[in-house]
Amino acid sequence: MLFHAQGRHLMLQKAFYIVIRVAVLFLLGLNVRRKELLPVQGPAIIVANHNSHLDTMVLMALMPLSRLKDIKPVAAADYFFSSPAKAWLSEHVLGIIPVERQRKDGKERSKDPLQGCYDALGDGKVLILFPEGSRGEPEQMTNLKKGVSYLAERFPQAPVVPVFTHGLGKALPRGSFLLVPFFCDIFIGEPITWEGNRIQFMNTLQDRFAALSGEKTFAPWE
Amino acid sequence: MNLQLQALHWALIGIWGLLAVASVIVYAISRRSSKDMSELVERTRSWWVMVAIFTVSFLVSNTLSIVVFALISFLALKEYFSMIPTRRADRRVLFWAYLAVPVQYFWVYDNYYGMFAVFIPVYMFLFLPFASLLTQQTEGFLKAVGTLNWGLMLCVFSISHAAFLLILPATSENSAGGPGLLLFLIFLTQFNDVAQYTWGKLLGRHKIVPGVSPNKTWEGFLGGVATTFVLALLTAPLVTPFDMVHAAAAGLLIPVAGFVGDVTVSALKRDLGVKDTGSLIPGHGGILDRIDSLTYTAPLFFHFTRYFYY
Repeated sequence: MLFHAQGRHLMLQKAFYIVIRVAVLFLLGLNVRRKELLPVQGPAIIVANHNSHLDTMVLMALMPLSRLKDIKPVAAADYFFSSPAKAWLSEHVLGIIPVERQRKDGKERSKDPLQGCYDALGDGKVLILFPEGSRGEPEQMTNLKKGVSYLAERFPQAPVVPVFTHGLGKALPRGSFLLVPFFCDIFIGEPITWEGNRIQFMNTLQDRFAALSGEKTFAPWE
Repeated sequence: MNLQLQALHWALIGIWGLLAVASVIVYAISRRSSKDMSELVERTRSWWVMVAIFTVSFLVSNTLSIVVFALISFLALKEYFSMIPTRRADRRVLFWAYLAVPVQYFWVYDNYYGMFAVFIPVYMFLFLPFASLLTQQTEGFLKAVGTLNWGLMLCVFSISHAAFLLILPATSENSAGGPGLLLFLIFLTQFNDVAQYTWGKLLGRHKIVPGVSPNKTWEGFLGGVATTFVLALLTAPLVTPFDMVHAAAAGLLIPVAGFVGDVTVSALKRDLGVKDTGSLIPGHGGILDRIDSLTYTAPLFFHFTRYFYY
């Protein structure tokens, strides 16, 4: 057999994202600013605000097809790996790295929840991280979780690129299955490099997001 | 049949020729000028793409042209909904509004004039407020219903009149039929935009609607009307059934209505505080920026033609 399982998964992933790409371009339409700043070679970390399941799809759709296998979205294990079918799809098609969120029953987590991310960065992958932790209320940013600063500390050579998106939460907010077309904005910021302090790092990241979201006045949506 | 193809072909060749001449002029200006002309160059490049898309769909079939117009309406409506304030509760209502696009263009394809003329102004007009009240959220109801309906009229109903021209049959005095009329409308509307802009740049002194569009001048407006008027007289015998009187009337109707459409969308943009309606067409802005004049010229020219000739 020419195609072993790995190869098949990659082909499936490519086919999936070709369909997504067409749908994203036709149904949504993206206004991307500074696409050239989006890292396609690892190790690198893309940090985006989180409004919709479309966030990951759109960021993946902006990547060259040949790079997809090295782009890894990081997502909650309890949501994306909750059933065998979901887990298979998440792992092989979406290429998701699972992260165990704070356990609801208060028990200690089994291992360092970021271990999967460390391994991937060590392998030279590009991570896509949503440090808000949850999609939350669409088009409203919440505080950033500081896990990303641990990654930056461990891999100081990996650029951390902030990406602010607007409109995806209008098109497909949490709790809805009806996709309503809207043009979406994707603003990519200058990479942040590690300077030795986690708190300072998180403040810089927060400031970058504030600056990116202020680049345009968005239409009110209540 | 041969004659029909020939008239349209000559008209298309003329448009490509005009574009080539304009491109040479733009190139020469951008070489000589010390100012940054990249936007003008970009705009010219986009004209090539738009004329190419239009030519191909025009030559392939009426059906493809109708689909292209439906896509234009969809993109314009999407731009409109993306830039205006909307209510989260109305997501489903917006979805219904989008569905009106394929339905309206199906009436065009089906040559069902009665339904084409009332579907949006009657049925969607009555249905959207009902769909919106089902959200049980009355705060902002009037604004939501008003803005959704206006967008649908502007982006879908108005523009679909251009596509309906395609369905009009060839007559003894007009061998080019509906496609000839569409070509006449689109060419003069777009040419008038460029002519008004160019005359305004060259001679513009006296502002015409400074509160809405500070760059528009009387000189630009009148220069554009005069140029388009002459061009209408020259091209009408080739692709339309118009006699000289009606050609002259269309030659005034299109530039004046085009100007009104342009400043109407300008007023909308000024109210929303945006410069362009989008960024889909490099150098031009959004698709609504490109078809703003057409939202007025298409229905007015269609009914002018229908009243006098069909």
